[in-house]
Amino acid sequence: MEQFYAIAITIVGASTPLLIAALGELVVERSGVLNLGVEGMMIIGAVTGFGAAYVTGNPYVGILAAIFGGMLMSLLFGFLTLTLLANQVATGLAITLLGIGLSALIGENLVGKQITRVPNFQGVDILIVFSFILVGLVSWFLFRTRYGLMVRAVGDNHSSAHAMGFSVIGLRYACVAFGGGCAGLAGGYLSLAQTPQWVENMTAGRGWIALALVVFATWLPQRLLFGAYLFGTISILAFTVQTFGWGIPSQLLSSTPYLVTVVALVLISRNKRLLTANTPACLGQAFVADR
Amino acid sequence: MPLRLEKRAEPSNTMALFSPVIAIALTLLFGAMVFASRGIDPLHGLYVYFLEPLSDEWNLEKLIVKATPLVLMGAGLAVSYRANVWNIGVAGQLQMGALMAGLVPVYFTSWQDPVVMPVMLALGILGGMAWAAIPAFLRVRFNANEILTSLMLVYVADFIFDWLVRGALRDPQGHNFPKTVNFAGWQNLPSWGDIHLGAVLAVIAAAGLAFMLFRMLKGFELRTLGAAPRAGRFAGFSASQSIYFCFLLAGGLAGLAGACDVMGVGHQLQTPYATPVYGFVAIIVAFLGRLNPVGAIVAGLLLALTFLGGEAAQTTLHIPDKIAKVFQGVLLFFVLACDTLVLYRIKWEARK
Repeated sequence: MEQFYAIAITIVGASTPLLIAALGELVVERSGVLNLGVEGMMIIGAVTGFGAAYVTGNPYVGILAAIFGGMLMSLLFGFLTLTLLANQVATGLAITLLGIGLSALIGENLVGKQITRVPNFQGVDILIVFSFILVGLVSWFLFRTRYGLMVRAVGDNHSSAHAMGFSVIGLRYACVAFGGGCAGLAGGYLSLAQTPQWVENMTAGRGWIALALVVFATWLPQRLLFGAYLFGTISILAFTVQTFGWGIPSQLLSSTPYLVTVVALVLISRNKRLLTANTPACLGQAFVADR
Repeated sequence: MPLRLEKRAEPSNTMALFSPVIAIALTLLFGAMVFASRGIDPLHGLYVYFLEPLSDEWNLEKLIVKATPLVLMGAGLAVSYRANVWNIGVAGQLQMGALMAGLVPVYFTSWQDPVVMPVMLALGILGGMAWAAIPAFLRVRFNANEILTSLMLVYVADFIFDWLVRGALRDPQGHNFPKTVNFAGWQNLPSWGDIHLGAVLAVIAAAGLAFMLFRMLKGFELRTLGAAPRAGRFAGFSASQSIYFCFLLAGGLAGLAGACDVMGVGHQLQTPYATPVYGFVAIIVAFLGRLNPVGAIVAGLLLALTFLGGEAAQTTLHIPDKIAKVFQGVLLFFVLACDTLVLYRIKWEARK
């Protein structure tokens, strides 16, 4: 029973960062913006969070710093794509690249350092609880509030939304910043609560998996909860199987999350009806106001 | 926001030429600031980073060697991105190419005649194409987003490479190091100093692709499908076909880049080999070269310089070589931002 609980709590630990990062990106994409820089924002969140916790000795300050770091990166993305109308795909990649380099540079003196981790009760910490609340909040915001409706309107038809007097760019900036904050927090979760240490490149592709999860969940928050836990479970099980010594190559097990992502994308994408029902119609398109 | 963009009647040719130059200048300015923030004289820092690596012949050879795979990958990606096909997994395709080429020396160690070299190069191309065909197939057949699938496959390729080089392909006399036997004789590329045949192939490939893209119907088809998919479909161009074409092209070139790299530089397979980030550098090459295959040659040399400069900065200035990645990321930012100037005029105005 105890061993079962231990595995369950590691699954929760693996799923939480995916869930938080993907929830943020879901809101961004609902507003019609595709930010592929999740990985870069996450890694920046991980390093700024860890650094702040190390300097102040307070993990909660670390959490705030992680959110702030991710948000700052996302505003850079917003400035390029929303104000300067640069290509969203390429800009997202630039964010990722810059995030990986910058975090390594910022964190060069943080490797191997100790911090007080975010306190937990029986393995459950405040961020895990928050991630569940966030699912409900995002769902409520998008489908039950006026601003949520505006965000979806901007994502589905920015010209009409503009004609109705909504500030397309303003709403998109807000969503991008929210997504950046979530990605930063997800990264911070890794370095402040899960491990807790700073290792270069510690996000290891999780940002990309979060991006895939948004498609997998067909842009619906509650399905994201299911998707994130499915992926968390698979990656932990693959890890656990390694310890059984069945002679399965460790590389095969390590690559399972990525393979599963590909398979999941295929299974969801082949069903066009399911996909088109919720895909924001203006996803990835730049908006220029006619005057 | 006091900043407003005004669409130009026609794309500015001056800006098309100057925007990469402005981007590079801004990156240098950023670099100077980074050096200054670390207490290094900015001019000295820039000199060590960007000029010293060009100062002697030996370094110039290293520059060309570093640029070779970047040009091969960047030129293929330039064509893909023109067609709006987003392959971001060239690092995996490169690795598969290297792996396939490396099978020959491992299993046919004593095969020594002039045929073995082209066979290995061909295997490299096939390896890259095969790996790139997967996201293309998944996109065309199942509508799966190629950005995500191609990137996921980079991680998978890395694990396969690692598994094989540590296992089946490992040199039994290699003292347990994760590497294969050394390639011998004809299994290596001919070279002049450090520069190997791959550099020649890269220039030929870039020139050939530029000709195809701007002078042949196929190029027109790809550019049309990229710029105006609906118009392309009405003209009878097949989007599915162009997805396959772009993936196989860029994948094949990445595979060739991997084969050339192991046959011309490493002379063996060893793990760890390439990271996903290396593929992103090829993406910068494509964009900095203004999505023009010939531009990728210049851009490839410049990005190669950022790698060499990073090494120089580490030894001379004692800055971690991670600074190279920062400069590369910032460069891509400025390139993308400055590209806006080609299509738009920037106006500053007071808030009404």
